[in-house]
Amino acid sequence: MKQFYGTSLSSPLMLGTALYPSPAILADAFVKSGASVATVSVRREAAGDAAGDAFFQLIRKLGVHILPNTAGCHTASEAITTAQMARELFETDWIKLEVIGHADSLQPDPFQLVDAARTLCAEGFKVFPYMTEDLILADRLLDAGCDVLMPWGAPIGTGLGLVNLYGLRALRAAYPDVPMVIDAGLGVPSQAAQALEIGFDAILLNTAVAKAGNPAVMAEAFAKACEAGYLGRYADPMEPRDMAAPSTPVLGKAFLE
Amino acid sequence: MSAPVSFHIHGAGVAGLCVATALVARGAQVSLYDPNGLPDTHCCSWWAGGMLAPFCEGEAAEEPVIRLGQKAASWWQKQGVDVVQKGSLVVALARDKSELTRFARRTEQHQNVDEDGIAALEPDLAGRVRQGLFFETEAHLSPRDALKKLTENLISAGVTISSEVPASNPSSQLIDCRGLSAQDALRDLRGVKGEMLVLHSKDITLSRPVRMLHPRHPLYIVPRGDGIFMLGATQIESSDRTRATVRSVLELLSAAFALHPAFGEAEILEIGVDARPAFPDNLPRIRHHNNIIYANGLFRHGFLLAPALAEMTADYCLTGKQPEVMDEYLG
Repeated sequence: MKQFYGTSLSSPLMLGTALYPSPAILADAFVKSGASVATVSVRREAAGDAAGDAFFQLIRKLGVHILPNTAGCHTASEAITTAQMARELFETDWIKLEVIGHADSLQPDPFQLVDAARTLCAEGFKVFPYMTEDLILADRLLDAGCDVLMPWGAPIGTGLGLVNLYGLRALRAAYPDVPMVIDAGLGVPSQAAQALEIGFDAILLNTAVAKAGNPAVMAEAFAKACEAGYLGRYADPMEPRDMAAPSTPVLGKAFLE
Repeated sequence: MSAPVSFHIHGAGVAGLCVATALVARGAQVSLYDPNGLPDTHCCSWWAGGMLAPFCEGEAAEEPVIRLGQKAASWWQKQGVDVVQKGSLVVALARDKSELTRFARRTEQHQNVDEDGIAALEPDLAGRVRQGLFFETEAHLSPRDALKKLTENLISAGVTISSEVPASNPSSQLIDCRGLSAQDALRDLRGVKGEMLVLHSKDITLSRPVRMLHPRHPLYIVPRGDGIFMLGATQIESSDRTRATVRSVLELLSAAFALHPAFGEAEILEIGVDARPAFPDNLPRIRHHNNIIYANGLFRHGFLLAPALAEMTADYCLTGKQPEVMDEYLG
């Protein structure tokens, strides 16, 4: 598995920490799935002081890598301030950079994203940019100093899976060595398996697990799907073909009628 | 354990008042202490919705909430509190239909209602929402009236409610019902911030709590009568009790406006904020630690679960019966 800014992860599953019925269920989901990274929204929970501390302590106790995010930011400057706050709060220079361009669809704003990424990379942040699957955007983000890319599967919270499969394959093929995480839009485990099968290195989920009837079991299902997808990729799958080819030769088979 | 007959309760929010009520009903001698005096804006239950909706809560809450919450309506009625038994209505706007499907799958005791059904229940929502779920057996109350009623009942039963630090009385058992303030003693207690509004509108009438599902901004509206509506509530992992943010207020008001444009003309009477006391599983607890009995962690279920928590606390205090929500405090 590729490294993320020099860090090897024990699992390709990254989980968000919002929307769970309770912190106890959240913790259970991490334990059952072996997820390696927890994303935490800084903006809303922390309000820049100790008020959110109890929740952060619970997240810290999970013993996984913490990836703070800038969820809810709509401009580069907001995202930069939030990232700086996150660095102090969590003592990490990892930041999932999210700059929302459209309040309704939560589509990322590619222009503000590149601006923010450039500033943050220059300040020594290790930026995980939440992006669309656009190739030119990928190019600009890598130029800005990002070593990891996080294309969406579908808009946040929709559970639609890998909507633009062609675009995601093209992105993967264009930058085979860049660690890439499918972030947002996954709803069911088979979609995670597909993401790993087509060569993505990790997936990041929140709603699909947190809003499942049984979040812990769903997190486990996603972890297993990631493993299946990863092994499927590693094992070098056959190419699809039009011609049927029986796996048991017909030659020599007894005539029954 | 030999049962003491005299109890000193610290905290006069919904938990403390209910525990006092349950103990007094069983003949125990009770006194209440709260540095802030009688229930008012300083206690988190002041800002509550007052929905007695165990089945709706089952969407996200664990089984004990559904089971124990079913005892609430009759308990409150027994105390002389006005309980409105008109059910709850859960709706979603057309594009959030899938939220309704999910909610229906996760909950029990509801029936599907179509446009006509909704119009029959809430004529002012006719034509605005086309699908909903009706939880006929649920109820609601006015939290402030309920707190006031319990206070009156206790005072007339001879209970003193004092804001002065009481003289220590070794023969009296201390029961700590301080909510979030008990974080100094219960380290796994956390605050979950909630913001709410109170509106006044003469242009719309609702008979029962209406929950509007939305993937990002769910909303409930509880009618208080006389054109008063309570809009709630955000749920943010923070112990902040003072700052209602523009974003939260915008979200709540936008959701209300989407449900009915008449709310656009409503008068804003209050913007409230407080933090709910919660344990990691968001279930309440009774603990006996260092000679103090703690009853806490009602989370967003103050009026729904305080009666059950209070009866279990009283059982434990007077008979030693181990409550199901009791756990060993590991510090």
